[in-house]
Amino acid sequence: MSKRIDIQKTYKLFIDGKFPRTESGRYIKWTDSNNTTVVNICRGSRKDFRNAMVSARKASRSWACRTAYNRAQILYRIGEILEGRRDQFMAELTLQGLTKKQTASEIDQSIDRFIYYAGWADKYQQVFSHVNPVSMPYFNFTVPEATGVVAAIAPNDTSLLGMVSIIAPVIAGGNSIVILASESFPLCSITFAEVLHTSDVPAGAVNILTGYRSELIEHFSSHMDVNAILYCGDNGVDKKLVETNAALNVKHVIQFPEQNWAKDEHQSPYHILKCQETKTTWHPIGV
Amino acid sequence: MVKSKNSTSQVIDQIGTQERVARLFSRSIKKESKVQALHLALSMIDLTTLEGKDSSGKVKQLCYKASHLHDSFSGLPNVAAICVYPTMVPVAKKALEGTGINVASVATAFPSGMADLQAKLDEVKSVVEDGADEVDMVISRGEFLRGEYEYVSDEIAQVKEACGNAHLKVILETGELVTLDNVRLASDLAMEAGADFIKTSTGKVSPAATPSVVLTMLEAIKDYQIKTGKKIGMKPAGGIGTAKQAVQYLVMIKETLGNDWLSPDLFRFGASSLANDVLMQIVKQSTGHYQSKDYFSID
Repeated sequence: MSKRIDIQKTYKLFIDGKFPRTESGRYIKWTDSNNTTVVNICRGSRKDFRNAMVSARKASRSWACRTAYNRAQILYRIGEILEGRRDQFMAELTLQGLTKKQTASEIDQSIDRFIYYAGWADKYQQVFSHVNPVSMPYFNFTVPEATGVVAAIAPNDTSLLGMVSIIAPVIAGGNSIVILASESFPLCSITFAEVLHTSDVPAGAVNILTGYRSELIEHFSSHMDVNAILYCGDNGVDKKLVETNAALNVKHVIQFPEQNWAKDEHQSPYHILKCQETKTTWHPIGV
Repeated sequence: MVKSKNSTSQVIDQIGTQERVARLFSRSIKKESKVQALHLALSMIDLTTLEGKDSSGKVKQLCYKASHLHDSFSGLPNVAAICVYPTMVPVAKKALEGTGINVASVATAFPSGMADLQAKLDEVKSVVEDGADEVDMVISRGEFLRGEYEYVSDEIAQVKEACGNAHLKVILETGELVTLDNVRLASDLAMEAGADFIKTSTGKVSPAATPSVVLTMLEAIKDYQIKTGKKIGMKPAGGIGTAKQAVQYLVMIKETLGNDWLSPDLFRFGASSLANDVLMQIVKQSTGHYQSKDYFSID
């Protein structure tokens, strides 16, 4: 019998809870540092982003309206499934140049991020809400609520942990997200999408694209249906473009420099607050 | 007069119809042609509200929208008509005074058509008296499916007479007719009995306007024109919510019936949310940025 040929994985996009190829039919050849493994990555297009936005908008309301407790359960579930897929992520991270020790720590921390934010999903609103003293016959209180759809450019120099550190607080806060995976290390993103797919995350709440930053950043930042744009990186031109385009419809702009995403400061309830709207209610009371 | 099912009506090749639809819908319309198509689609819309909870406030708001689609963007056409329930006709008529936008009213016990003929005729006369420019009637599907084609045909003819000068659109409710053969037969019946327009659906039954059904009806209109020289209008309604679908249908009419039908006089879209999607696409074409519903009027 002849030697068995390995079945290679097709890396596709993750839009509306499905795994379509890019509508443009284009792809990027990704090679590891030894030039031994070649993977075709979808080169996402403007239209892929648009489709993802339609789906994210559709999902955003129902995701935000779920009970905080249910969102917490689903985030915890993502952590569970991620744990079970450990070997696959190990292999991909190693292929992308990490040492065995680095790999283990990146996966551990990615799982822990979800467990951490699962804990906060049903608590941050209590912690950040407040009653405001007003000198009128009103009960006046303030609550943070999901801002809607977040478009994010994931950190470029980590494959998994950076993306996870961005997605977890955004969805814990009831937002839906369209995220562009790391351009240099895209492998884990689609495998992570498979984790989301089996974790009861509703279709459209998280959409993951791969492709070139330079091509997509214009569309991520100018789309009028995006409520917040989150940019990770140090490119001055990109940062300016994001700010300028965000002004079209006054999107929230959140920027992170490239950095070590393993640091403790990257898990904090204040990250949830970054993609929230503040709602203040004046409730009349008897005089 | 159509006496029996097989005497005059065509048998429709369902697979062939689907393939033709698929081929027509794969056309890609870009740039200036797209903008032109979108403007045309906008001018063909019958802005519709047909809900039990409709109030005169809602109808007035819709009438305002009909003539002020998106005031911050210049050069937009008005929609063709407002389509409402009979009781709302006076409200709509008053609100649309001087705009040139027609008032269409559904009638004949819409959406089921389950009333006796006299009641239907009275309803039609009353909406016409109230000022409706167009009447959208439903056929008696029960009678049709029972094979009482003559009854259906007579009913349409009498409603047409009751309409006077108002235009008559005949709703076949294709979702209840089951086969394309029936759709073709009902189309032929309606046109011969005096319909000015034939319309797919009430929007209350699923499936509503499907591409195969629309193509079948367009072919019926074409054959009728060849036979009699008369041009009958077409109105797909229900389930058309995106600009992309609207443009696809425009391609279908142009390819099937030619340029004459690319006008609100002979083609309409019955829709409630289509207008906003078309507007969003028009603004996108002009600014280059994808738009959000947040910046357009509420449907």
